[in-house]
Amino acid sequence: MIHFDNVTKVYKNQNRPALQHVNVAIEKGEFLFLVGPSGSGKSTFLRLILKEERPSQGHVHVAGKDLSRLSNWKVPHLRRRIGCVFQDFRLLPNKNVFENVAFALEVIGKPRRFIQKVVPEVVDLVGLEGKAHRMPHELSGGEQQRVAIARAFVNRPMILLADEPTGNIDPATSIGIMKVLDRINRTGTTVVMATHDAAIVDAFRKRVVELEDGRVVRDQSRGVYGQAY
Amino acid sequence: MRAQFVLQEIWIGLRRNLTMTISLVITVAIAMALFGTGLLIKAQVDKSQSYWNDRIEVSIFLCAKTSSNAACGKSDVTEQQRDELKAQLEKNPQVAKVEYENRDAAYKRFQQRFSNSPSFVNSTKPGDIPDSFRVQLKDPQRFEEVAKSVRGRPGVDQVINEQDILKKFFRILDGLQWAALVVALIQVVAAVLLVGNTVRLSAFNRRRETGIMRLVGASNLYIQMPFILEGAIAGLIGGVFAAFLLVGSKIFLIDRLQESLQFALELGWGSVIGIIIFSMCVGVLLCAGASFLTLRRYLKV
Repeated sequence: MIHFDNVTKVYKNQNRPALQHVNVAIEKGEFLFLVGPSGSGKSTFLRLILKEERPSQGHVHVAGKDLSRLSNWKVPHLRRRIGCVFQDFRLLPNKNVFENVAFALEVIGKPRRFIQKVVPEVVDLVGLEGKAHRMPHELSGGEQQRVAIARAFVNRPMILLADEPTGNIDPATSIGIMKVLDRINRTGTTVVMATHDAAIVDAFRKRVVELEDGRVVRDQSRGVYGQAY
Repeated sequence: MRAQFVLQEIWIGLRRNLTMTISLVITVAIAMALFGTGLLIKAQVDKSQSYWNDRIEVSIFLCAKTSSNAACGKSDVTEQQRDELKAQLEKNPQVAKVEYENRDAAYKRFQQRFSNSPSFVNSTKPGDIPDSFRVQLKDPQRFEEVAKSVRGRPGVDQVINEQDILKKFFRILDGLQWAALVVALIQVVAAVLLVGNTVRLSAFNRRRETGIMRLVGASNLYIQMPFILEGAIAGLIGGVFAAFLLVGSKIFLIDRLQESLQFALELGWGSVIGIIIFSMCVGVLLCAGASFLTLRRYLKV
């Protein structure tokens, strides 16, 4: 599903590469934790999958397509098949839960009837039954993140990228969020989650890829966060 | 869904930076009104120029006792001199038509032409206007050739090209037209910069929305459309105001000009409407284009 083929990324005006010779293959339906200290290249890894950045060297393949050969006007179509969740939720404060989720479908031109049918299903799936008309500021952090996950998943993407989704949330609530991500993974969606949260990684026992200074230092199935932490 | 969504976004955008929108509308209105006025004057000038070109005559005034020209020697032109001149003019290949007008006929024509200013007519006596040949040229531009052939010949007092007199009027109009266009151009530059600023503010205000749109894979067109239409709508509103100003300038400027300069041809409302539509289109395209170019800088997709 996602292949990193000897990928090196050096940002402009920086000497130290953000990623160096990274080779990672992620299969369809996998759940992968991307761990490592800040600045180790986790976010760059995710941005390369979205084609928000392009590699300085090497190739990134997503769903069998070489992103370096994907023309710019096709990038939106790539992104429609990838959902994204962030540490800071990125909800629209002036729209309620339903509208926030529906927004993702509206802007790709889905018909109103389809939106009316699909959005409530996804709102229920992430555990926000009965809260569709709440505004973001009326929700807890955990609930807001659930809205963000619903928005990322509503178009049934084949890949879900999560960049520290539990970073702003207390441990107890994080477990709930992880359960939602696990539920999504069980529908066949590939999930890549960058995280600092050792407890979660240890508890879930999924594949772990550890980055350090832009290099892959560990790639372990059913791994833990690491001894050093 | 799509249309409703886009319209809603535009409305929010325009309302959020209302002051910018207002200043943009005013600038576009003034720019387009001046641009249109320039075009109106040009249309009027072109129309009357071609009208006058067909009617322009060269007047060859013949000697009279009252003439101040020393070559005439205070005596009337003789019949022989007159016939010779006439033959000479008719031989000239540039001459289309030669007409002789004696002083009485000339005075009558003068009275008719200025019948609406009687004091002017009263101050002129019959005989003040001397006998003349009125010569129509095949090509008014080649006046000099004809003038040279008769100037200085016995019996000729003055050769006057009506075109020279008209040229002065047209020069004034040309100046007016260019002044309007230059000010319009400056306003256009201001409008383009304002559109840029408005769109930049708008893009900044909506960076959350556009960020999410990008992430969920909205097409570039979908992301940019509200901004471009925002500019276009501001341009359109400005264009509507410009239309009112142009109607005003037709009534208060062009029509007055026409009266005072006695143009034979009136600029019809049809061509005014054409110019209004044209300058509206220019305004809308200008604003839409400026927003598009600004977006490329401030809204990386």
